[in-house]
Order: sequence, then structure tokens, then C-alpha cells
Amino acid sequence: MHELSIVESLLTVVLENAERAQATKVLKINVVVGDLSGVVDDSVIFYFNFLSEKTIAAGARIVFTHAPARLRCRACEIVFSPEKLDFHCPTCKEQQVDVIGGRELYVDSLEVE
Amino acid sequence: MGVKILTIKEDILGANAENAKGNQELVDKHHILMINITSSPGAGKTSLIMQTIGRLKEKARIAVIEGDIASSIDADKVSKEGIPAIQINTAGACHLDANMIKKALDNLDLDRTDLIVIENVGNLICPAEFALGAHKQVLILSVPEGDDKPHKYPLMFTQADVILINKTDVLPHFDFDMSAFSKAVTGLNPAAAVYPISAKTGEGLEQWFSWLWDALEQRKA
Repeated sequence: MHELSIVESLLTVVLENAERAQATKVLKINVVVGDLSGVVDDSVIFYFNFLSEKTIAAGARIVFTHAPARLRCRACEIVFSPEKLDFHCPTCKEQQVDVIGGRELYVDSLEVE
Repeated sequence: MGVKILTIKEDILGANAENAKGNQELVDKHHILMINITSSPGAGKTSLIMQTIGRLKEKARIAVIEGDIASSIDADKVSKEGIPAIQINTAGACHLDANMIKKALDNLDLDRTDLIVIENVGNLICPAEFALGAHKQVLILSVPEGDDKPHKYPLMFTQADVILINKTDVLPHFDFDMSAFSKAVTGLNPAAAVYPISAKTGEGLEQWFSWLWDALEQRKA
């Protein structure tokens, strides 16, 4: 259900920008999704196909670029990208980290005509 | 017209973030402290709120915003205490968003409120994504859920200002390693206060009340 509200917001961003550029059709949507944003590509596509019907974005292809989670270990100061959601430092095995990347969730660009 | 590329770099939850900012500005204008309580279903959000009302209602004017998938059971409990309660039914959605809070704020008498407690929908995952405009994030984890949760849901733990470990009254029946839990939480979030409590017996609640009272005093100043 979480993706439903995200896709509603995504569609608003897409349509506002496309209409401002006087586009008649949206062909492609490039989205950047951080691995910590908890957003599942397939769910986004599922809701998008449903919500975009009868808009100029109907049928648009969504291309996802995944931004890796990036953590900085406070114990040994190395920056690493965790496997899955394992926040333990690969070097010192401690879980003493600051999240410095991976929470991105934005529309990078649109391809319109 | 040919194919055009529009570079926009626009945050998908930007509108929510704007609304959250607006909510905080609104409550700030009225010198209100707004806190957002999140946890898994059944971890004790409502019990904690009831205890907090019982303890603080003579000292501070409290209002509660209840997020629930469908029922109004929690809001009814709060209303019985004579506390204004706004029920938000999310109609299936797994989290509250800033716009829902905005509508709830419109229905509260902000001039006569010192503390707004938001009870988020029970869920450890996506409430972290949707800012509401609260000043403080409160996370409750209950003993039966296990001490490994900071390893399984690290993100929620990085965002909390205070973490309450509820249901300490059942500790003897569970393999919950309090020191391992505290170490894991501190690793993720050294700034968070961590208090073991039992919302049922009242054990440990004094630390929570005094944390909340301090936060309230800071708002008034």
C-alpha cells in the first residue's frame, strides 16, 4: 500500500512537469530510488499503470536507477554499501553507522513528446 | 513535436515534505510540542498514550491524533478521558502523511493545546518515509518482538529521538537481551534516549514522563 501513495505523488510530479513543457505524451520516466527507500519497482509499475490511465503518461516506461545504501562506520570511519539491510561494518563487524546515502527517491528526467 | 528530454530532479515526496514543514510552522506558532509515535501493531502505543494522559493531563493540555486503518477504538478510549481526539482512518494505507495531519490540525483548538500526540499506524517500515512535521519521533519496541529488531529494521532506529522498550513485565518469559539491544540501538543512533518501560505496570515510565516534560518545557521557552 505504501507504493500507492508514492505513485500518486510520482504521477503528480510527472504530469505537472510534462504539462508545463506542453508535452502531449510522456514516453519514459527516469526515477532514482535509494535502496533504503523501501520502494519496490514492480509495485510502482503496477500502481502506475493503473493510476496513469487516461492521462498523458499512460503507457510510459519507468526506468529505475538504484542508488546504493551508503553507510559510514563510526568505529573505523570506512564508507561501505551494505548487503541487503545488514548494517554491520565489513571491516570491524560493529553496527555503529551513520546513513549517508540510499534514501533518494526522485524523478530525474522525463522523455516526452 | 519531437522527443524531448526534461531534466527535473524533483523529489517524489517533496509535496509531503512541504506539508510537513507547514504543519510544524503551524504548531510552532501556537508553542505546541508535537510528537509522532510509531511501532509495530500491538507494541503498546495506545497504552503508552493512556498512561501519558493520566500522568500529564492536569499539567498540560493534550490532544491526540489517532491513525488507524479503519476502527475508532483508540480514539474512543482517549475521548473517554476528556481529551480531544481526532481519528484519521487511512482506509487501508499503512502510514499517516502530512496532509492527513494538516486536516486533523484544522480540527483542533490549537490555542488551547500544549502537546499533540500522533499515534501512527502500527508498522515499522513505511511511517519512516513520510514526514508529518512532528518535533520528536518516539519509537516503541515491545519485548516479545525480540532484541534483533535494530538489525532487521535499522532505518527506523536511526530516526527516533526516544526508544521505549515496552512490556518489561514479561521479560522473564522471553529471551530478550537488553544489553545487546541497547548496544545495537546506540550503534545506530547514539543520540536517542533508550528507556525500558512497562505501560501496564508503570515500571520505568517516570523516565519517559520526565523526557516528555523536558521537551514540553523547551517548547514553551
